[in-house]
Amino acid sequence: MNINRRNFLIGTGSAVGALMAVPYISHAQSKPIRLGMLLDTSGPFSAYGIPMEKASQLAVESINEGGGLLGREVEIVFRDTQSDMANYTTFANQMVRQGLDVFHGGILSASREAIRQTLRQREIPYFYNVLYEGGVCDGNTFVTGTTPAQQVEALIPHAMNAYGAKKLYVLAANYNYGQITAAWVKRYAEQNGATDVEVEFFDLSDGEFGPAAIAKIQESGSDLVVSVLVGAAQLSFYSEWLGSGMLANPDVHLISTTFGVGNEHKVLPAAQSDGMLVANNWAPQNDSAENKAFLEAWAAKHGNTDDIHEIAVSQYQGILLWAHAVEQAGSVERSAITQVLESGASIVGPSGKVEMDPATHHCKLDIHVMEIQNQQMNIVKSFAQREPVDTQSVCNLTENPDSNVQYEITL
Amino acid sequence: MDIAFIFAIQIIYAIAVLTLISLGLALVFGMMRIINLAHGEFITLGGYATIMATKAGFNIWVAMLVMAPIVVGVWSLFIERVIIRFLYGRLIYTMLATWGLSLAMTGGLTMIFGNTTEGVALDIGSIPIGVYQVNGYNLFLIFSVAVTSILVAWVLYGTVYGRIARAAMQNRDMTQAFGYPVKRISMLTFVVGGMLAGLAGGILAPTTGVSPFSGATWIADAFITVITGGTAPLLGTLASAGILGVVSTSTVLIFSSAAGGIALLIAALILLRLFPLGISSIWQRSGK
Repeated sequence: MNINRRNFLIGTGSAVGALMAVPYISHAQSKPIRLGMLLDTSGPFSAYGIPMEKASQLAVESINEGGGLLGREVEIVFRDTQSDMANYTTFANQMVRQGLDVFHGGILSASREAIRQTLRQREIPYFYNVLYEGGVCDGNTFVTGTTPAQQVEALIPHAMNAYGAKKLYVLAANYNYGQITAAWVKRYAEQNGATDVEVEFFDLSDGEFGPAAIAKIQESGSDLVVSVLVGAAQLSFYSEWLGSGMLANPDVHLISTTFGVGNEHKVLPAAQSDGMLVANNWAPQNDSAENKAFLEAWAAKHGNTDDIHEIAVSQYQGILLWAHAVEQAGSVERSAITQVLESGASIVGPSGKVEMDPATHHCKLDIHVMEIQNQQMNIVKSFAQREPVDTQSVCNLTENPDSNVQYEITL
Repeated sequence: MDIAFIFAIQIIYAIAVLTLISLGLALVFGMMRIINLAHGEFITLGGYATIMATKAGFNIWVAMLVMAPIVVGVWSLFIERVIIRFLYGRLIYTMLATWGLSLAMTGGLTMIFGNTTEGVALDIGSIPIGVYQVNGYNLFLIFSVAVTSILVAWVLYGTVYGRIARAAMQNRDMTQAFGYPVKRISMLTFVVGGMLAGLAGGILAPTTGVSPFSGATWIADAFITVITGGTAPLLGTLASAGILGVVSTSTVLIFSSAAGGIALLIAALILLRLFPLGISSIWQRSGK
């Protein structure tokens, strides 16, 4: 071939052009999938948010190590909302303008409600991976945490039968979660033959459970005390209960729907919680292969596994369930993954099987009744695949796919 | 009638807790006209001092009653030297500065201890009253508040330091003119106020647990008690803690826990409407 200046320029020019085009084309094909996430990793709610953020990193890392989704990497777009509800609205609006394919996040119900409509309007599927009071009925929202009925349905009949208890005393935090949970406790207790159920509400900031609060419980003659207490201030109940000798009283038993969710059993002295029964979705001692692998992966990435809690596991499973739906659908589009999820998609995670309930966009979940001994939760009895019956009683997205409301569940 | 006795203990207990968390704040406000909005964090620091000292192997009683006041006392000395002493006589500035301090302390405690509630175990058994059982620790708390109040009263009214401090409170310039070191007295008073906050934190740590944010749960009640009480550091606080404790606890017992908090605020509002300068203005009025 005769090399002259013209041929040289044409040849090298097109070669360079081709070289430049190659990375451009492959880059377009592997543009990362953007997973938006807002969590409180500083401020009063950071005890919940920090492990959730760690769990998300773990989930996304395992997806990317397995080749990503549809040949694309998953990229977390994260901001710390600093336990300030106003930040949720501001940051979510900024994030959606930059483009998101899916959103996983929000901790308190207030934070969920601050962003739910923005995500719905922009057609970005929203996964809320936290146990909460139930009732959200929104075609764009998917919930992977437990609702009160799922826990209470397992815990109350089991405890009443195990202890032969007939008279219940419910101590509940005075806001919607506490009120709704207390109502479900009352319903299941009465269905199970309880003769008397007394309920008392306490302000979230109330840190004083003096002798009268304990005396009122003693006076009622109750044999089963149910704690639906929430937050740091109300933790003082447990030291008061121990100090008044009630924890050691063989005729009265203490159970809780909330204790341990924020790892309270690990930070409070062991003596305050020995013998207490709880009912959660995730059991740390579960010896399933999925749970062991999860604990090992967490230890390898983050070191200590002591900070893992129920909602960190829910967040992990929420991301895996979404990833499963994307692979099945072959797309990240909302309509495509919704169709897959509404066909009853499921994964098996550290807490067991997580199966989407088509009518409510909540999940069927395993519930484990556990006894706390020496700061460990030991499984007493497991209940497989409990339905979200509370939300099912008010919500049917199959019939009304355009629903967009949170029902106040009253009994 | 056992239940009536339990209710009486509950009311006294509520008064004791209000007094305990307010005494340090009241002393500093009454003697120095400084409102320490970081008082809640001083209490929290006392709680952490107790937990840390217990973990370091100190006896829990020593940790609570000795280490907590000392740690917070030293911290108060530092804060008085670097911040407060430049702001004497400027109430609004002290509020702003100590509010900033409270935010900084909350952030610092979160960085050091993490954002979790830590507890310390102390079970001194329960005392049976009729068919009921009362936590022995509640009775200890009441007893220790009584002893502390008597000690504070003795220092204020029975010692030379107390007389000078009260003189400095009534007329700063005149006391200075007599040759008493008013600045050093102010420093000492702030440190004693801090030590009382530390003691409160230590005594409350076993019942409530401690988190970096627990100061916020105390400061509101302490602030309301002190403002309602007025400027007499001990008697004003005891009087307002007594009234507010009776009102809120009775409401809790008759209605619900949630109503108790509202009743406390309403009682404070009515008292302040009747005595805008606090309850202690009733017996201070004649002196002015």
